[in-house]
Amino acid sequence: MNSFKFLAVPDVPAAVQLSDDQPLAAFIAGGTNLLDLWKYNLAHPTALIDISQLAALSELRELENGGFRLGAAVKNAETAYHPIIESRYPLLSKAILAGASAQIRNMASNGGNLLQRTRCYYFYDHQVPCNKRVPGSGCPAREGYNRMHAILGASEACIAVFPSDMCVALAALEARVNVSGVDGERSLAFADFHRLPGERPELDNNLKPGELITSIDLPEKGFPLNYSYLKLRDRHSYAFALVSVATALEMDGNTIKEARIALGGVAHKPWRSLEAEEFLREKTACRETFAAAADIILKGAVGLEYNHFKIKLAKNAIIRNGMMALDPDTQLPGAQPSM
Amino acid sequence: METYPPHPHPQEMETHLVTLKINGEHHSINIRPWVSLLDCLRDHLDLTGTKKGCDHGQCGACTVICDGKRILSCLSLAVMKDGAEITTVEGIATENGLHPLQQAFIDHDAFQCGYCTPGQLCSALGLLSEGRASSREEVKELMSGNLCRCGANVGIIDAIMQVKDGGSDE
Repeated sequence: MNSFKFLAVPDVPAAVQLSDDQPLAAFIAGGTNLLDLWKYNLAHPTALIDISQLAALSELRELENGGFRLGAAVKNAETAYHPIIESRYPLLSKAILAGASAQIRNMASNGGNLLQRTRCYYFYDHQVPCNKRVPGSGCPAREGYNRMHAILGASEACIAVFPSDMCVALAALEARVNVSGVDGERSLAFADFHRLPGERPELDNNLKPGELITSIDLPEKGFPLNYSYLKLRDRHSYAFALVSVATALEMDGNTIKEARIALGGVAHKPWRSLEAEEFLREKTACRETFAAAADIILKGAVGLEYNHFKIKLAKNAIIRNGMMALDPDTQLPGAQPSM
Repeated sequence: METYPPHPHPQEMETHLVTLKINGEHHSINIRPWVSLLDCLRDHLDLTGTKKGCDHGQCGACTVICDGKRILSCLSLAVMKDGAEITTVEGIATENGLHPLQQAFIDHDAFQCGYCTPGQLCSALGLLSEGRASSREEVKELMSGNLCRCGANVGIIDAIMQVKDGGSDE
């Protein structure tokens, strides 16, 4: 059996020092993904460093620059239901509540949400090769049952998708990720946090070994008036997205002043197209406009045997979610299509 | 005081003293760091009302209420719950008999085999105390983490709606 030690630490410096001293240790906050991976023999930590109670990671607070800080150890549910998140960043609230189940959202941490691993079935199956699990061993998904897999940004080595809903909204909102390591602290733009698989699909993100996410900072602008999160999946609730869309608009009448669109379920990281967002500037918000933007976003999309439908599904989802963002009050529980 | 698991591990491993208040009763046990709250409840404390379904956080059968919030005991380490107050299905009935939600489950045929029921009850109690669901659609969405393979879901939602609305069936 995979046994591990359990290590309590008083603060962040002690946590990152311990992590540096013990490269095979893992941080644990909520544990909802780590313990699942451990049970599947996919994570083999020699020790768990408990960061769940660290005060520096447990705050939800306003920042001097007008933004808002999400502590890495704060639970997803507490974040989604926080009055400021609900009122100023409702896109983030809706996206979090579209993910997992009520129980898991009560357990899962904000930092852990960024670090969850793909749900590619081949990644979980020790009987078959997987470049993400065993680098260089091959990828059966490309020729296999690839219904849930990537249509954008994939590589020969890996077509896995990143499963988070919360991160799709964080990408659209241009959050920043604050991390701490033995060499000090740094802050990454959300777009630079996760990575595309390329030749190194075993790396999900750009964290350095031993680094700890301490918080996620939201900028002041939260797009509270025109936003929508749409999640399309194989069952009504509690399933990962085939395609999801986070749309945030700043409107002047029916004219788009600023647009953010991020896709989930289609790539190794939340997918954005700055070209499409620039295209939308000063355009009239209507189906035709969003359709043209969708064509830009999906430029270069590649469908495989079982997931080619996702290209059309993504286009229709972008159009529909653009229209839903114009009337956010119509949104249904669970980010279902409402119009 | 016992140590769980009882058999000596080939490699000497640490144990941690964990104190839990479960259904109003204090329990102190020495526990290995990898023991889930679910295994701690069932195998060490003989509280077998909480069920192990998938053991991977996909079915909700192991749902318990921890410090007022519904969580999955299979994906929780007991060692991380030191000092927590936990309610399992064994702790929800009152001195006067069944909890109104338990009675509502009976009234609405909200189970067949009953294996998911303890988790459904704890999850529904969590949902009711959260106060986030007003419509039937919202109750369904917020109960989606509890699967019922017998297909008693309609009865389960009926039962929760009855209690939520203070006794009426609608």
